[in-house]
Amino acid sequence: MSLLIDDTTTHQDPQAQLGGDHRIPDQSRAARHRSFDVETFAVPTGREEEWRFTPVDRLGGVLTDEPTQDREGDPAADYEVRAPAGVTVGTLAPGEAPRGTVLVPEDRGAAVASRNTTEALHLSVPADLELAEPVRVQVEGRGAGRRSNAHYVLEAGRHSRALVVLDHTGAADHTGNLEVIVGDGAELTVVSLQRWDDGAVHLAQHEALVGRDATYKHIAVSLGGSIVRMNSNVRYAGPGGDATLLGVYFADAGQHLEHRSFVDHNAPRCTSLVTYKGALQGQTARTVWVGDVLIRQEAQGIETYELNRNLVLTDGARADSVPNLEIETGDIAGAGHASSTGRFDDEQLFYLMSRGIDEANARRLVVRGFFADIIAKIGVPEVVDRLMEAIDAELQLTMVSQPTETEG
Amino acid sequence: MTTLEIRNLQVSVETDDTAKEILRGVDLTINSGETHAIMGPNGSGKSTLAYAIAGHPKYTVTGGEVLLDGEDVLAMGVDERARAGLFLAMQYPVEVPGVTVSNFLRTAKTAVDGEAPKLRTWVKDVRGAMEALRMDASFAERNVNEGFSGGEKKRHEILQLELLQPRIAILDETDSGLDVDALKVVSEGVNRVKENTGLGVMLITHYTRILRYIQPDYVHVFVGGRVAESGGRDLADRLEEEGYDRFLTAGV
Repeated sequence: MSLLIDDTTTHQDPQAQLGGDHRIPDQSRAARHRSFDVETFAVPTGREEEWRFTPVDRLGGVLTDEPTQDREGDPAADYEVRAPAGVTVGTLAPGEAPRGTVLVPEDRGAAVASRNTTEALHLSVPADLELAEPVRVQVEGRGAGRRSNAHYVLEAGRHSRALVVLDHTGAADHTGNLEVIVGDGAELTVVSLQRWDDGAVHLAQHEALVGRDATYKHIAVSLGGSIVRMNSNVRYAGPGGDATLLGVYFADAGQHLEHRSFVDHNAPRCTSLVTYKGALQGQTARTVWVGDVLIRQEAQGIETYELNRNLVLTDGARADSVPNLEIETGDIAGAGHASSTGRFDDEQLFYLMSRGIDEANARRLVVRGFFADIIAKIGVPEVVDRLMEAIDAELQLTMVSQPTETEG
Repeated sequence: MTTLEIRNLQVSVETDDTAKEILRGVDLTINSGETHAIMGPNGSGKSTLAYAIAGHPKYTVTGGEVLLDGEDVLAMGVDERARAGLFLAMQYPVEVPGVTVSNFLRTAKTAVDGEAPKLRTWVKDVRGAMEALRMDASFAERNVNEGFSGGEKKRHEILQLELLQPRIAILDETDSGLDVDALKVVSEGVNRVKENTGLGVMLITHYTRILRYIQPDYVHVFVGGRVAESGGRDLADRLEEEGYDRFLTAGV
């Protein structure tokens, strides 16, 4: 084990890997710079490919290499961990296994979070344990603009079964890393809820290593916050792994919600399904989805599909959607992607209203309908209920703002 | 007894900044229990009449009035018109992804009645209406119009007619794209609702075929955005033989 850590932590110069006959094309997702060293990541200007959609000028202090701004009796963020019996809760210092074995920062935010978290929360579900109740990590930001760093390490032992809910509320300039090790045959679902207040900025890298025949589901639900930029990445530790990355987001005026995913098919006979769906309303509401899938030469017999759909409810909102699929072997079961961004369909509204349904209910039906398939995939009742309530609340906003828009 | 009165209705549609006049003064009165067939060539404005009465935002009423038992229909929103007792069976019903037929029907019924239907009788009513229209029970769990065949869409429209029980229904080319078997099933549905509720029907069609199954009390020939001639059943028979040529040459 210690060899493994040394190996990863000392791999701070990816350029070395690119040299000689092993060269990977620059544009390959695999060539992305990864390092624990903050200094190797320049502060982005917005011209970089991976930052071009992000309003970097609004990121505040979230990229500065600073410790969490805790004050005596007044932490920048409150953490509450509730773990069912049997789950081990501890902390890990930088370099202490398994911390750093799976997650190597891929951007400055993640590097800053990693360096400035002296004690990472370590949650471990022992082998064979099937949890009846979810593990909960409640994060409450205690002030917009206050720097807050976090790193969590989550281990699901062999053949264990667990649901982990990471819930973000309040406001802070928050960077959060989540490092996930899914043991062989384990079944792990991670839900990350972004229910921030308006002033929050949140950068995140969630990195998972999916074991042999293991099942991993990552669900990102982003509703609040000024800027949320989340990377959800997966690679496999052996054949037969199954990864499902789901995302639901709803952006209002002034919000920037960005989700990026990377599935690194580095093992044979694995599967992945990426589905992100979002709605937008109001001037300057902005969403971004970038879905990268790399099928390496050794990933024979894999199957992958990624999909992103956006529903633009009002004028002035903008959704970007970029699927990237790199295939290095022809020997696969299937690979595909689909992406679309559409405006709210007034014909649907007319049809429903012509059956007596008032506009508010008609809109709710259409938007709920838009999210119906992904909500069915989520399959976690408490998340689904909360999401439905949130969608209804968001639509109340549209209805309030609607009359002034249709007047002209 | 309900009366839908259309008086001197003029409607235009906006196309590239210019308003194109489509209806040029339509007069028509439909009472409960009556079936009025509106027949006419393509582009004569039949569908415009239907959508204007239902309140589609694409059409602008520039003159005239539409009254339902004296109430000003044109002052009502789209949903209010439906709640007042008007129903439009559409020629091209749209898909509503993620919304099941059963959810849609229940929501519409609740809206039209002002209260949720009693669960037990409602389930029975839906099942009965679906059986009568030869619709499989699995239909209820499909998404509204998603992946429906042409015939399924039309059955679904008539299913709504049976369940929502409007007072006046406008059927916009409900017969188009149906084979004879489906046409019979759909026509039986309309006749059943008429018999049970005294529905008044405006039956818009291009062909006389449906009139073999739904007996019209009045036939109106629609040309150039107005009623060119009205008569009884025999007018339809004449159209069957002569086509619309007589009106087209005389009309312009």
